[in-house]
Amino acid sequence: MMSEELPYSASEMLSVMSGRLLTDGQTVFAGVGIPLLAATLAQRIHGPGITILFEGGTLGPFVVPGELPASTNEQRCTRRANMLLSITDVLLLLQRGYVDVGFMGGAQIDRYGNLNSSFIGSPENPSVRLPGTGGGNDISSLTQMIVAIKHEKRRFVEKVDFVTSPGFLTGNSTRHDTGLISGGMYRVVTDLAIMGFDEKTKSMKVEALHPGVTAEEVRDNTGFDILIGKNVGVTKAPTDEELSVLRHLDPDRVYIA
Amino acid sequence: MTQNYLDLRAATQARDRSLRAKVMTLEKATEIVQDGDHIAIGGCTASRTPLAMIWALIRAKKNDLSISRSIVSTEGDLLFGSGICGHIITSWFSQGIVWGISKVMRSYTETKRAKFEEWSHMSLGLRYRAGAMGIPFMPTRAMMGSDVANQLENLKEIECPFTGDNLLLVPALNPDVALIHVQRCDEYGNAQIDGLQFMDLDMAMAANKVILTTEKIVSNDQIRRKPDQTKIPFLTVDAVVEVPYGAAPHECYGMYEPFFKHMDDYADLTKDDPDKGVAKYLDRYYYEPSNWPEYLSLLGVEEMLDATRRGRSIYDV
Repeated sequence: MMSEELPYSASEMLSVMSGRLLTDGQTVFAGVGIPLLAATLAQRIHGPGITILFEGGTLGPFVVPGELPASTNEQRCTRRANMLLSITDVLLLLQRGYVDVGFMGGAQIDRYGNLNSSFIGSPENPSVRLPGTGGGNDISSLTQMIVAIKHEKRRFVEKVDFVTSPGFLTGNSTRHDTGLISGGMYRVVTDLAIMGFDEKTKSMKVEALHPGVTAEEVRDNTGFDILIGKNVGVTKAPTDEELSVLRHLDPDRVYIA
Repeated sequence: MTQNYLDLRAATQARDRSLRAKVMTLEKATEIVQDGDHIAIGGCTASRTPLAMIWALIRAKKNDLSISRSIVSTEGDLLFGSGICGHIITSWFSQGIVWGISKVMRSYTETKRAKFEEWSHMSLGLRYRAGAMGIPFMPTRAMMGSDVANQLENLKEIECPFTGDNLLLVPALNPDVALIHVQRCDEYGNAQIDGLQFMDLDMAMAANKVILTTEKIVSNDQIRRKPDQTKIPFLTVDAVVEVPYGAAPHECYGMYEPFFKHMDDYADLTKDDPDKGVAKYLDRYYYEPSNWPEYLSLLGVEEMLDATRRGRSIYDV
């Protein structure tokens, strides 16, 4: 875990690192919280031509600093948007192939990038009934995904209790075989590292460690046998500019605390 | 809910679809909803929720309703807590991300006193759209391979007869009644919606009856000056109720944002003992006031003005 002395919080680390994965000109379907912050940060730092989509029906907004929306379905989401359309139609843009990246958080993720936001425990007798998929299932079914999530053993599990949003299902070609012939997990960004997926087995593997983080630490905080290559990279620490833009966007630290 | 096509048509043909005034009170409009009906709720999360109509249905002590909505917020807690509904079909159910997981939803579903049937957001939208189109299903490329699909009974997978692709078919949803809150409409039910439309247009076309609540009633002349702004046609509407602040404490685009302090207080009230908390809330805000203005007075002028100032600011940038 991040130590106390670092000049940035775990959420700030997540926002900066995942924002850097977006490139100018991309169309990004974003959830609220870290995904929205990261996409907005990317718009302001290196990708003014990034188009954000919200599932409430917003195409191409620029959110107002200090007025971050609490959901993807409210008027704050529509600031300086190019177009408002129905929920069904904005989601259909994914199916039609207009979206480059789906970007969201998650409660629980497994080795093959499947996400659970529905049940902790069995669906018949859950210990916690979670809020559910929203558009998460549609986004992960239909486009390439970036997931931002805190790196904890209880979140990184061998097998999720419930596949709300499909990653690579049980690995190899199982995702494709079930009928999900496009999209799939691209990157998982945590406060410790950036992960991708093995080309063949589709098992999660570490691509880069954040500064000061060891492979051991990643292993210790992962609930399955994560692949770690010999020559993993090291990311560049968040810059002052990135942090100051982020803090300007969320001055009340609703999401970056 | 998936109806025989000829029955669906016959029910539509039997409605009085003439250009007629249909303005009534909230109490009168509750008579359109029958016990056991499936009710679709317009808006999404805490936006344009037809809370005044829900308030009236809870006070009218309806029974055995099932509900569908794109995303369900506090109104879902109140529908469960009041006992008028034990089955909610939606894609996401909690007050809102900033307030965490709904304790009332958890309490009712984890003890199996009520059912939260989970669909992906798009698949629910496609169900209303199929209903609106008068066809029995829509195909989708989403949801296959997931446990969301595994949990649902009325889905079918097919091999596309043209391409051979695997597709999932989701059944049409034709609600008995749709409740939709809009910024303005005329006395016939021609409704203009500002801002986000959510699934309301498909929902209105799919439903067998529609109850519109509106911030204000405008003249038919005003509608006819900008017919391109009409999103829901009078043909589909059975009741028009004028209810200023009819979505409070949720938001109504361009008019008011959520009453955040009230929403925070609600989350606090239901945090430790959700059952008692929601019962207390229903007593205070749903059963005790003698009318809608009295309910609004309980929310308070200060909160209302703050929400209104924030709501109107959408047009400032």
